[in-house]
Amino acid sequence: MPKALRAVIWLVVAGGGALAVATIALHRGEQINAMWLVVAAVCVYAVGYRFYSKFIAAKMLVLDPQRATPAERLENGRDFVPTNKWVVFGHHFAAIAGPGPLVGPVLAAQFGYLPGTLWILSGAVLGGCVQDFVILLFSVRRDGKSLTEMAREEVGRVGGLVAYAAIISIIVILLGVCALVVVNALKASPWGTFTIAMTIPIALLMGIYLRRIRPGKVLETSVLGFVLVLLAIVGGQWVSQSARVGGWFTFSATTLAVLIITYGFAASALPVWLLLAPRDYLSTFVKLGTIALLAGGIVALRPVLHMPPLTRFVDGSGPIFAGKIFPFAFITIACGAISGFHALISSGTTPKLIRREAETRMVGYGAMMCESMVAIMATIAACVLQPGTYFAINSPAGIVGAAPEAASSAISAWGFPVSAAEMHALAQAVGEQTLFNRTGGAPAFAVGMAHIFANSLGGQALMAIWYHFAIMFEALFILTVLDAGTRVGRFMIQDALGHVWKPLGRTSWYPSVLATSALIVAGWGYFLWQGVKDPLGGINSLWPLFGIANQLLATVALCVATTIVVKMGRARYAFVTLAPLIWLVTVTFTASYQKVFSENPRIGFLSHARQLVAAGANPRLIFNDRLDAAVTAVLIFMVGLVLLESVWVWARVLAGKKEAQVQEAPFVATRFAEEQI
Amino acid sequence: MNRRTVWKHVKSAALILAAILREIFDEAAYSRFLGHSGMAPCRASYAAFQCEHTAAKARRPKCC
Repeated sequence: MPKALRAVIWLVVAGGGALAVATIALHRGEQINAMWLVVAAVCVYAVGYRFYSKFIAAKMLVLDPQRATPAERLENGRDFVPTNKWVVFGHHFAAIAGPGPLVGPVLAAQFGYLPGTLWILSGAVLGGCVQDFVILLFSVRRDGKSLTEMAREEVGRVGGLVAYAAIISIIVILLGVCALVVVNALKASPWGTFTIAMTIPIALLMGIYLRRIRPGKVLETSVLGFVLVLLAIVGGQWVSQSARVGGWFTFSATTLAVLIITYGFAASALPVWLLLAPRDYLSTFVKLGTIALLAGGIVALRPVLHMPPLTRFVDGSGPIFAGKIFPFAFITIACGAISGFHALISSGTTPKLIRREAETRMVGYGAMMCESMVAIMATIAACVLQPGTYFAINSPAGIVGAAPEAASSAISAWGFPVSAAEMHALAQAVGEQTLFNRTGGAPAFAVGMAHIFANSLGGQALMAIWYHFAIMFEALFILTVLDAGTRVGRFMIQDALGHVWKPLGRTSWYPSVLATSALIVAGWGYFLWQGVKDPLGGINSLWPLFGIANQLLATVALCVATTIVVKMGRARYAFVTLAPLIWLVTVTFTASYQKVFSENPRIGFLSHARQLVAAGANPRLIFNDRLDAAVTAVLIFMVGLVLLESVWVWARVLAGKKEAQVQEAPFVATRFAEEQI
Repeated sequence: MNRRTVWKHVKSAALILAAILREIFDEAAYSRFLGHSGMAPCRASYAAFQCEHTAAKARRPKCC
């Protein structure tokens, strides 16, 4: 293609993106079409990928097409396998796509669609994609080493130790919050509970089918599992309409919490092939299909966003979570903009599959752009709802009241009209008893998704089926994270305890398996229980805690990345990782300070504890607030140590007091050098 | 672009999609396992593959 034509095309893409972003940012008074968000996202990602990631690849990382990757050098047909770049891309995207980019943007929509959208776009292009790309490349150059290993070797012992502790903490908090989202989605919902309950025997059946009847036929088994799940969704409607059977599946939040904790423990102790692996396959199958379906639905329907660009809650008085846009919008949306958890995936399986160094750009930067697009779709799903409906679903009873009339009046008084009758009709349409006070983001996302699907595929008659399909999709997704995370946490604890007493480290020794499973389940189970018992719905306290933990892990990853860049002698380009690092440090440290010390009891854990003490409240609630404050403070302290250690290394290297030596694997020429990238 | 070229591109895209799905769903990993272990596809070989593969897989965190 002639150079001039290429330049014209890129000018059109950049101009289109600028127009779309300007429309999103400056349009006031009238509703806009969701396609503006889609166009803005596609153009911003295209420009970011074509120019910024190319700049990073060429100038900062100096990708070497002659250098062999560990997949080639250490090829063993198991972990290290040179793989087609599109296959690695798909594999990496499937690994990083979790429930976070669906839930975070839905919660942040309380500020309006504008703050979340701008943060998702800018955060991804300048932060999240950069982090994933850079960590992936650095892991590739170190034989696929993990983030904790790189932190220890490149930053120092404190860095390695903190990365390890941060991962354990984030896993515990993440699992507690994820479980809370499921509980809030399934409480008093026999249809949803039946469907999710059925996924357990379906997964067991898949495990046995895969092991005994059709060994190795995973795709076939996943299709079979998917058909059975669809039947369970249809059967759930009958269950919800039967007074007797429906009663068996109607649970309070506390009962559901106990069931999920028991499930987490059992899943951690059962053989992987029996439950965890088939459930993972089923979840991935549903996840990829549903994301594609949602993208198709949005393009087919081109819905109007009813949510205004900015709501009155930018002042920090939001009912879903308290706090102003800065810093809380930036920790509420983590996955989708920048997520520290991705650094674990980028330094896990993916670097062992990369065939050529140059492909890290497409896989690392590109897959994160797709994840960010999922977050944009979640924003659209939340914002197509009438704002009154959105707030009625997401506001906790502690803020708007438990009675439908009281909640409707409170929300209407904020300027978002909604009536109890409308909400009742909507609940009937989706097959629920009520949609009031369904905090956690999942039900609001499900209603938005059902709205998009029902209006583009199948009409209003299928609204209830689509709603429960969406709930099943989210809950299945989350429970997969829950059982896998519990097991990973268990292994990490066993690894650590194995240094104290060897038998404790043996993953086949049942007393150790049961004890460490109980320990990790008790950790996240406590946070879940705390959320369930919280009169404000739990999300107000726990989601920010999760966001802080996740972004702190990103801070550790960017510290490691910047240290390596400085040691490589590319300090003049260190702004690429330093800019998102400074932003994250500002955001997370401010958010943490406010969550611990704010005088507003809806924000500060300690002031809330003081308020509870003054009111003579349950000592358990007071302890919970103090525990959350302590967890936040410990996380910040640990990451502060890594930051200081990193800055110390940078200063010594730049001053010439420390040898700038990176711990890369030695150069070996690739045999794929002649192949076109 | 003639129909033949279009068909070639569609076929190539479908093959890549199938390869992606086989990798995501570990079917490719099982084939590689059979290749390097010299075993035939059967219950025993799949159980051996699961023993080796899922042990590593279960140590990897699922992303949030």
